[in-house]
Formats: sequence, structure tokens, C-alpha cells
Amino acid sequence: MKVVFFGATRGMGRALARLMAERGDALFLLGRDALDLARSAKDLELRGAAGSVGTAECDLLEPAGFEPALARAHEELGGFDTVVLTAGLFAPQDALEADTELCQSLLAADFTNTVLFCEAARKSLLARGGGRLCVFSSVAGERGRKPVILYGAAKAGLSHYLEGLDHKFRARGLVTVTVKPGFVRTGMTEGLTPPPFAGEPEAVARQVLRALDRGRPVVYAPPIWSLVMLAIRSLPRFAMRRIGF
Amino acid sequence: MSELSGWGRYPVVDAPERVSEDFESATAGAALSRGLGRSYGDASLPRSGGDVVANSRRADRLLAFDPATGVVRAEAGLSLRELNRIFLPRGFASPVSPGTQYVTLGGMVASDVHGGNHHVAGTFGEHVRSLRMRVADGRVLEVSEASEPELFRATLGGMGLTGHLLEVEVALERIPSPWIYQESRRVRDLDELVESLLDASRTWPFTKTWFDSTKRGPTMGRGICIVGRWAEPGEAPAQAPELRERISVPIDPPFSLVNGLTVPPFNSLWFHKHGARLRAGVVHPRAFFWPLDDIRHWNRLYGSRGFAQYQCILPIEGGDTRVVRRFFGAMTRRGCPSPVSVMKDCGPEGRGMISFPRPGISIAVDVPLRGAKTQALVDALNEIVLEAGGRIYLSKDSLTRADHFRAMEPRLPGWNQVRRKWDPEGKLRSALSVRLLGDDA
Repeated sequence: MKVVFFGATRGMGRALARLMAERGDALFLLGRDALDLARSAKDLELRGAAGSVGTAECDLLEPAGFEPALARAHEELGGFDTVVLTAGLFAPQDALEADTELCQSLLAADFTNTVLFCEAARKSLLARGGGRLCVFSSVAGERGRKPVILYGAAKAGLSHYLEGLDHKFRARGLVTVTVKPGFVRTGMTEGLTPPPFAGEPEAVARQVLRALDRGRPVVYAPPIWSLVMLAIRSLPRFAMRRIGF
Repeated sequence: MSELSGWGRYPVVDAPERVSEDFESATAGAALSRGLGRSYGDASLPRSGGDVVANSRRADRLLAFDPATGVVRAEAGLSLRELNRIFLPRGFASPVSPGTQYVTLGGMVASDVHGGNHHVAGTFGEHVRSLRMRVADGRVLEVSEASEPELFRATLGGMGLTGHLLEVEVALERIPSPWIYQESRRVRDLDELVESLLDASRTWPFTKTWFDSTKRGPTMGRGICIVGRWAEPGEAPAQAPELRERISVPIDPPFSLVNGLTVPPFNSLWFHKHGARLRAGVVHPRAFFWPLDDIRHWNRLYGSRGFAQYQCILPIEGGDTRVVRRFFGAMTRRGCPSPVSVMKDCGPEGRGMISFPRPGISIAVDVPLRGAKTQALVDALNEIVLEAGGRIYLSKDSLTRADHFRAMEPRLPGWNQVRRKWDPEGKLRSALSVRLLGDDA
């Protein structure tokens, strides 16, 4: 595979990019910090990525940079067939309620700009006859829940968009994979108390890569979260109002 | 706040822990850093009462590797397990392997770890080329024998008390195959145990012995002498060994399953299972170097009260091993139900100013914590070590008394001087440094 990876320096993105490197995929990294990108690029090269791993600065809060960054990736990889996005912002509900600016950034990053990035990536991939687009949404988007109202709303919108994309373009060769992680122990969730069924980034990465290879449209990770969310989705409203989850 | 403890699960400290891929930023203002928490006692624990500890385990990127020289550079949180997974199939191994793979490069430097090849390879620190560190005043420096020799030597084995280890550059060893050719044989008593070890170390690169810590009288010190070397390509399987855990201890048993009733039969079984004949063959490197890594959370076998590991080294001037007999006498008289008991000979001292190994016989035992009884055992053993001119291994310790430690370590003032030069205000400290080195509580 020739992969453009937005968010490979940390967490689940780092773990997934490493699996790709270890099986010899070619990678191009997008991210905010040039120095951090260069270090991750070197790590992936030493783990077996095909050729040298290029990088370009790209910030989820600055959508004007998306197309130029993808163009750079296209140039350096000599075309690409896979785009992965794990980047995103997270903040607890009370912090978002208290800080309008933070709330605006998070909603913009996790919904509007992520969709804009996917639109740019979709066009590039379709222009070459299709490919794979793998985007990390969240189980937080499955139901309006007290601890993740705002974050969950952005992810709900994103999941919706990704589903539509898959319905419309799969026949034309563009496979969209929506990853819905439950609680995974990464820097993003550091400091939160892990619920039962918390996952590790390496295990999630293995699961996502399998799904990506097989073109499965939706991945709950760890898998048990598909059952947890099935239960949550079927709860009546009066019950949801009472529980803290 | 997180409840933190070492592998022995005693003591426990409630302290703020910063875990981040951006470890360098996380160390700013932190009093200590830690990795996978595999030191047994309080070496990786911050002083309780507000000190922040930075955790390196997410900072695990490879930064450079030169296949011509084997020199690798990585962020300090890279584990030995990951290093092995990546480099064993490529024909390179860590020059020194401690008893578990679940240690970080930073931890291997801070403890200046040794392994079964200490008599020929020395400690891990002997192979370290350079370190990137955050020192107490906040600066980030490249520290090597050439740039800052004093700080470099104080940091090898310095228990993380001279600065935060951010990156480690170390020379890997080229190996003929990633498998091990091993020979083992049973030994009947203590004399034979020591003799077989010293004898084996004259010809084998890796040597160690396991012994039955519960036997007294004529069979005291009976055990198994295990030697090995990297297998040649012709004798090794063609594929690379897989490094996966097999079983797990899922929960805390209500009491320690390792106790005075279970250990003697376990040790006997282990001894007799081997058989009287010499056993030889090619084995998985995990079985040879890190047998306990097969069992995830094996420390839970000791129950929630935890356990202590005790490791000391006894000098044997001119080959006089009577001190080893005195030590075994005291240990078995007081009762030491240890299922994992290892004896190993050590070679010359290395560069680390305060590193553990020195020429002599190293003895390590694991014991369940049984309150005053365990404290009395450690005190009695320390008296013998002190009298013999030996020392204890800080990475294992949780129970040694400060006065014993200071009396054992004439090197301490010299090392402390370097420490104070780089950290005049005493910003860097740990629960261990408060307990043993007199840092502010």
C-alpha cells in the first residue's frame, strides 16, 4: 500500500503506522509539528517502511493546507491508494462547556475540517480509480450521552458522513472504513479512569489493519464495544437520562 | 493521581504521573522519571507528597540504526522486548539482557543492568555510547564519556537521580542466529553450585544457576547450572523466534500462593524434573533469558501484599567462597521460601560510579512479604553482605535500612558530589533516595 497518514505520531495512529511499516508499506505523514513528524518518519523507516518516509506539515485547524499537503504526498509517493486519518481533538464535556473557544476548535477539527480533509482525499483517490479511506470516528457518536455531548455530536456527524461516502462511492472503487474506538489507553485518554473493556493501541491497530485490508466498512475496537454500543443504542431515553455513561 | 508501585507491589505511592509520547516535555519540572515499573521496590516511585513522576513508556521511537556498527539510538521508553522483536531477526541483540524484556532502555541505563554474560560483557552501561538527558536545571544535554564524563558515569546505574533519560544510544551485538544453544546440569550442593558456575564462566558467554533456597544441611544450595551461547545458523531453526506471552495470572489470589508450604515442593519438583543427566539443545531466547516473561502479571502470585526481591553481591577474594556458605546458612535458617533464586558470578566493575556489579557472587531471591519476619531476614542478610564488603542492588530493594546501605557503599559520597553539582537544590529525588540516601522527605 501507499499510504498518506494524518496523525501517525501518536496513540492509535502511531501503532497502526508501525504495523504498516513493518509489512513494508510506503508511508507519507501529515501532522502539526515538523520535528515530531521527522522523528516518527525515521522510526517507521527503521521498522521497515518501503523507501523513505516523507512528511508535510498539516493542521486539522487549517483546512487551507489540506490540498497542498495531499499534493505533496502524491508527488513524493508517486500516487497513493490509501488515506488514513487518526488525528482529532478531545476534551472532557465540562471543559468544553466552560470554554467556548475550545468548543469551537474541537467541533471544527473533529467534524467540519475532518470532513473537508476527507473530501480532498476522496477526490484524489477517485481521480486514480479509487482506493481506501480509513477515518477514526468514535463510539461517542453512537448516542447522545452526558459525558461526551459535544465531542460525541461531532463524531456522530462524522460517522454519518463516512457512511454516506461508503454507500455512494464503493461501487466506484473507493472503500471507506469508519473506525469507532471505545476506550483505548492512549495519551488522549490519559488521566481518565479506564472503564471495563479498555483497549490497547497495538491491539486496536491490528484489528483496524485487518478491516482495512478486507474493506470492512465499520470497525468497533476493541470488538466488544460493538455489543456495548448495541446495548446503549437500544436503551430507552428514560434510562439514558438516569445513567452517567 | 495514580497508585504507583514497582514490580514487587510494595511500597505503594499515590502520586501524579505524566504519561505522554512527548516525554521530553513531560519531564519538565518532574522530580523523577520511570518506565515500565519493573524495578521491584521504590526505585521508580516518586517521593509521596506532590512530586511528579514522568513516564517514558509512550516515548518509544527508533531514531537511528547503523547496520555496519550495530549502534542504535532510540527514545528512552523503547522496551527491550520491542528492541528484540525488531532486531533479533536482523541478527542483532542487546549486548546485555536482564531477567525480563519488560524494561525500557532508560531503565536499563538507570539500573545499569547486568545479565548472564556479565563476566565477559560487563553491564549495559559499558555499551552505551551517548545519552540525551534533561538535567535538574531544565537544560537538555547530550551526555557521553567525551562530553560530560563525570555526569555520564554518575548516570549509569544512577537510578534516574542525576537527570531524566530522554534518548539512549547503545551498540548492539551482532549474533549468528536469534536462538540459544543451552546446556544445563543438576548440582547437588552449595560447593558444587559455586564451583560449576565459576568453572562454566571460564568457557561460556552466558552462565547462571538456579538454586533451591529451602534446603538445609547436606543438600543446601542444590540447583541447576545453566550455560549458553547464541546458536550457530546451522544448528538453529530457520525462522525467527516469536515473542509472545503464553499465560496470565488474571487476578490477585486472596493470599500469597508463594509461601512456606508451596515453595519447597515446587523447588523439589523443579530440581527433579531436570533429571540427573546433562541436557543440551537449542532453545528459544525467551526460555533462556526471560523465562518468567511467559507468565503475564506473575507478580500477582504473591497476592496483593506483594513481595520483595533481595539481591546482593559477595566478593570472593582469592576464590574463598566461605562467605557464600555463611550467607546461605543465615538465609535458610531464617526461612526463605523463594521459587526464583538465582546465583551468578560477576566480572570487573564498570564505568557506573554507583552501579551494582563488582567481582564476586551475586545472589537473588524473591520472598513474599511477611512483615517483621521479612525485614529481619533482609537485615540479617545485609549484616553478612556488609561484613563481606559486598553490596546490594538498588533496583531490587525495598527493605534495606539506610545505615546498612551507607556502610556498604563507600562510593556514595563521591557519587553524591556529582549529583549535587548537577542538582544543587535537590530537585531530583525518588522514594528510594529519600529512604536510603537522605534526600528530603
